[in-house]
Amino acid sequence: MDKRFVYADNSATTKITAPVLEAMMPYLTDGYGNASSIYSIGMDSARAILKARETVANAIGAKTSEIYFTSGGSEADNWAIKCAADVAAKKGKKHLITTVFEHHAVLHTCQYLEKHGFDVTYIPVDEMGLVHPEDVEKAIRDDTFLVSVMFANNEIGTIQPIAEIGKICREKKVWFHTDAVQAVGNVPINVSEMNIDLLSLSGHKIHAPKGIGALYMRTGINLPNLIHGGAQERNKRAGTENVASIVGLAKAIELATADIPAKQARLSKMRDKIIAELLKIPESRLNGDPVKRLAGNVNISFRGIEGESLLLSLDLEGICASSGSACTSGSLDPSHVLLAIGLPHSTAHGSLRISLGDLNTEEDADYIIEKVPAIVGKLRAMSPLWERILRDEDIDAE
Amino acid sequence: MIYSEKVMEHFANPRNVGEIENADGVGEVGNAKCGDIMKMYLKIDDGIITDVKFKTFGCGAAVATSSMATELIKGKPIEDALKLTNKAVVEALDGLPTVKLHCSVLAEQAIKAALADYYTRQGVDPEPYVGKLSDEEPSCGI
Repeated sequence: MDKRFVYADNSATTKITAPVLEAMMPYLTDGYGNASSIYSIGMDSARAILKARETVANAIGAKTSEIYFTSGGSEADNWAIKCAADVAAKKGKKHLITTVFEHHAVLHTCQYLEKHGFDVTYIPVDEMGLVHPEDVEKAIRDDTFLVSVMFANNEIGTIQPIAEIGKICREKKVWFHTDAVQAVGNVPINVSEMNIDLLSLSGHKIHAPKGIGALYMRTGINLPNLIHGGAQERNKRAGTENVASIVGLAKAIELATADIPAKQARLSKMRDKIIAELLKIPESRLNGDPVKRLAGNVNISFRGIEGESLLLSLDLEGICASSGSACTSGSLDPSHVLLAIGLPHSTAHGSLRISLGDLNTEEDADYIIEKVPAIVGKLRAMSPLWERILRDEDIDAE
Repeated sequence: MIYSEKVMEHFANPRNVGEIENADGVGEVGNAKCGDIMKMYLKIDDGIITDVKFKTFGCGAAVATSSMATELIKGKPIEDALKLTNKAVVEALDGLPTVKLHCSVLAEQAIKAALADYYTRQGVDPEPYVGKLSDEEPSCGI
């Protein structure tokens, strides 16, 4: 195939699509009024935010009054966890439960709370990358105030049994938070049916701009502010509203949730074709459950090669993807998610994540299938580790 | 993170990749757990490095520093190769991101390990020439 540009990193971020930009444009141009102002262009902004809040609420089965706009998923996670801890501390509750393979926005927030006297239980995941609800149930104590389990994992795409965990938490009267950044628009979500108390979502994973997200806070939960200041967001989150981005988020979530089954069918067909073809490469393995995973997520490890080299080589062919290697994680260890499902370091270093989205086509999938095997072969040919694997040496014994 | 054009060029077109049959010195450093291993092969005639090849498992910087290091010692006397520093490799690549500096250290060590192997094969104690090479696995990132 001729060289093409294939963006296959939609779990990292996405392109702002034309309808989203079009919805935003009035508020990036003449509709610049501050939503707190009393004149008409101010009220226009306030009305746009109100409408956007309703759209976002509808997309996840929430009430309009339960949606608070934030700067993104990380802020929503920080708000939910830190401020739930504030409430709990006053009642003498000091324990929260999360999983070992959460996004860092959750993990590092929990680690911060540990430094401030809270006790955190990190539930393991099985080798398929799934949380077992009974593990959550067993971990709940009298002083547990919060359970936080991600809806879908950002690296291996596994979809967690959120409704079951929600049911357990509701029965045990423990708040349940889920980071649904990767799930919104990809998996049907109904916060009420799933007994979710707090949910974080982000715009830029679903074709809205970066820097916008929301926290869903169930009626009856009254978390204190994370950001103090003006009276925006019903006194809950200060800062002049990012009107254009809020409108963009609403448009994006409306489009993303319009027909999730159709999207899943289209993407999973491409996903499964890529997985089947790439697993023909010797010494490769699929990471994460083959079925309970996001429709666009492929995560495969190739032994004997290192992920960053793989990504740079793919980039030379026009393909954008990501990896869980140490070199791309910004730390010395490979992805905590891949280690959590039991991969040895050497195998985790050679992982490739392809995340397909609305804009990808069958041709993109075919192009990936054509390019990856040759690149893996080239990198293995120059890898002293691959020599050892071929000699059947135990490379993880060191 | 940003790589210089020179790093990308050496990554895309690495020089001296491969093995040398009947090499006069072979050195390997790094480990699988840390995610980078470099293996250097030297052909030495009359004290001159007449050929050098490498194989590397690692990131873009690991490949580029290996490639550049081999270029810097090819055709040079052993004495020059012994003096090659990781800093010289970094400078020749127009810099490396801070988190990648350890790759250049690994490249320097790989050459020293190959030279140590050469001296050992000659029946000469390598330590006075290449210094003490640790047998212990370095911690990741060095």
